[in-house]
Amino acid sequence: MKLLTGNDLPSGDVIWWTGSGWSRHVEDAADTGTDGEAILAVEQAARRVNGAYVIDAAATPDGPRPAHIKERIRALGPTVRMDLTLKPEVSPEVVL
Amino acid sequence: MYQYDKYDQSIVDARVEEFRDQVKRRLAGEITEDQFKPLRLMNGLYLQLHAYMLRVAVPYGTLSGPQMHMLAHIARKYDRGYGHFTTRQNIQYNWIKLDECPDILAELATVEMHAIQTSGNCIRNISSDQYAGAAADEVADPRPWAELLRQWSTFHPEFTYLPRKFKIAVIAADEDRAAMRLHDIGIQLVKKDGVLGGRIFVGGGMGRTPMIAPEIKNFVTADDLLSYVEACLRVYNRYGRRDNIYKARIKILIHEIGADEYRRQVEEEFVAVKALGIDPPQAEFDRITAFFAPPAFDAGASDAIDRTDPDFAVWLDQNVKPHKQPGYAIVNISLKKTGDIPGDASADQIDVMADLATKYSFDELRVTHAQNIVLPHVAVRDLPEVWRTLDAAGLAAANLDLITDIIACPGLDYCSLANARSIPVAQKIASRFADQGRQRDLGELKLKISGCINACGHHHAGHIGILGVDKKGTENYQLLLGGSGAEDASLGKITGPGFDEDGIVDAVEKVTNVYLGVRADGERFLDTYRRVGMEPFKEALYG
Repeated sequence: MKLLTGNDLPSGDVIWWTGSGWSRHVEDAADTGTDGEAILAVEQAARRVNGAYVIDAAATPDGPRPAHIKERIRALGPTVRMDLTLKPEVSPEVVL
Repeated sequence: MYQYDKYDQSIVDARVEEFRDQVKRRLAGEITEDQFKPLRLMNGLYLQLHAYMLRVAVPYGTLSGPQMHMLAHIARKYDRGYGHFTTRQNIQYNWIKLDECPDILAELATVEMHAIQTSGNCIRNISSDQYAGAAADEVADPRPWAELLRQWSTFHPEFTYLPRKFKIAVIAADEDRAAMRLHDIGIQLVKKDGVLGGRIFVGGGMGRTPMIAPEIKNFVTADDLLSYVEACLRVYNRYGRRDNIYKARIKILIHEIGADEYRRQVEEEFVAVKALGIDPPQAEFDRITAFFAPPAFDAGASDAIDRTDPDFAVWLDQNVKPHKQPGYAIVNISLKKTGDIPGDASADQIDVMADLATKYSFDELRVTHAQNIVLPHVAVRDLPEVWRTLDAAGLAAANLDLITDIIACPGLDYCSLANARSIPVAQKIASRFADQGRQRDLGELKLKISGCINACGHHHAGHIGILGVDKKGTENYQLLLGGSGAEDASLGKITGPGFDEDGIVDAVEKVTNVYLGVRADGERFLDTYRRVGMEPFKEALYG
């Protein structure tokens, strides 16, 4: 599957395209199929996202899992400061 | 410490308001990200893996107590309660919001700080010896020269759009504590026949093509120093490559045309530059130098110290260095307690260090390129109280220059350029070698970790270096041995195939075991490596 991600312009937060808007949680991300670049162009022009790009991911029972470790860390937060991540309760090994 | 005059303050204040307007226009959609990006980078604002990151300049690593308190305030009010001290003697905040950035810069400006030229293809923050003004072995205080270069390079119209970023270091001792020869320009102040001048090294650097700077000029008198540096920059600005980012640094230019040809061109350019009269009048240099006059030391201060507390004694031996003034000492505060993130300090810890500086170190602190903090002028009689306060704040790790005093870049946990995480590797190695006796038995051992080939963690210059790479989507770590950023500068060599995260920790332990087995009396790890070569280490790793 393909996901569209970028950063919120004022806050810089990592955000994910949900199909109708943006979420800070990768679990909410929607498969953009072949429409990622077109959505990106519209959303970026409207300043609803900054620095957006399309990534590969796999569908899992827990939701989309980005294919590359860099994107998995983006989705979670710094593995060395789990208290600052979106899921302080999980093990940092979840990104591996 | 240097204090802004009305010109310094006005240009910093003006830049804050200019950036405030640029941010406002970006948020309103009047300028695109492509237009905005170079503007924010000129103000030290990056977009990193999780958020905006702001890099604040700490000129030649020198800070006052109030400035340090401001850094804590910024961490607390605008970030998530901590800051990260960097290998460029700066501080970075990892969770900045764009719409708050102008307010942060405005607050910084109230204590004569800014983020100007902490990014972009310009002359970056001048770095220097963290013991400047305190070390017994310096021929002069390098800070007035670093300050002069700061003033000269700030908004220098000719050097705002160089082919690539440009880093300058100034030291004034034979012992190189600033990795001077791994800078684009390294200046070592020296005296020749009683006259002060500088040895000029040009074309060093790390990154994907590491090089140790060759000496370009054996001696430039102090009166000509600024003109000579300008000539060095001019030749680079004229001929440095702009068509290929990977070949744009001055080290590549010098490597391609040769040091002799570069020197010839600089000498020719120097004649033209000197005629422009850019070297400061003596009165102006004296004005700058006066800000760095030695503090009012107690001439009768004693060097006597009670060493009965064993933990205090270990800290004294490891982290406290001699001062040129009898009765005083240089205190190194390690930000590398086992489990810590190298270079990170909480807002509370930053406040503690600021208070200690104000109370015990003539209101002065230094940031080191090894991501530690220095209190440069502490009376020996105050060391027990300083240690107790640091210990209570988790800042008394007695491991300066030992294997757990690890330099590590933010790596893939924070950095959008990184290929692998650095910090967890540093933490695992620190845990493996947590035993104080074991660390001290290994002696001086500088271990440096980078999460990508850009080498922000100085892995090329580590006695043991680690480079994180991406191997088919997984983290992999190459091991290097034999690097040094000191006066015996050398570049580390890769041992062979890389390791996974746990494997690299084991590999480090194996090479230290080889060292322990073959070292001669008095040899550091680096000395042993240089004597016996790579083979015994490779045998232990791969045999």
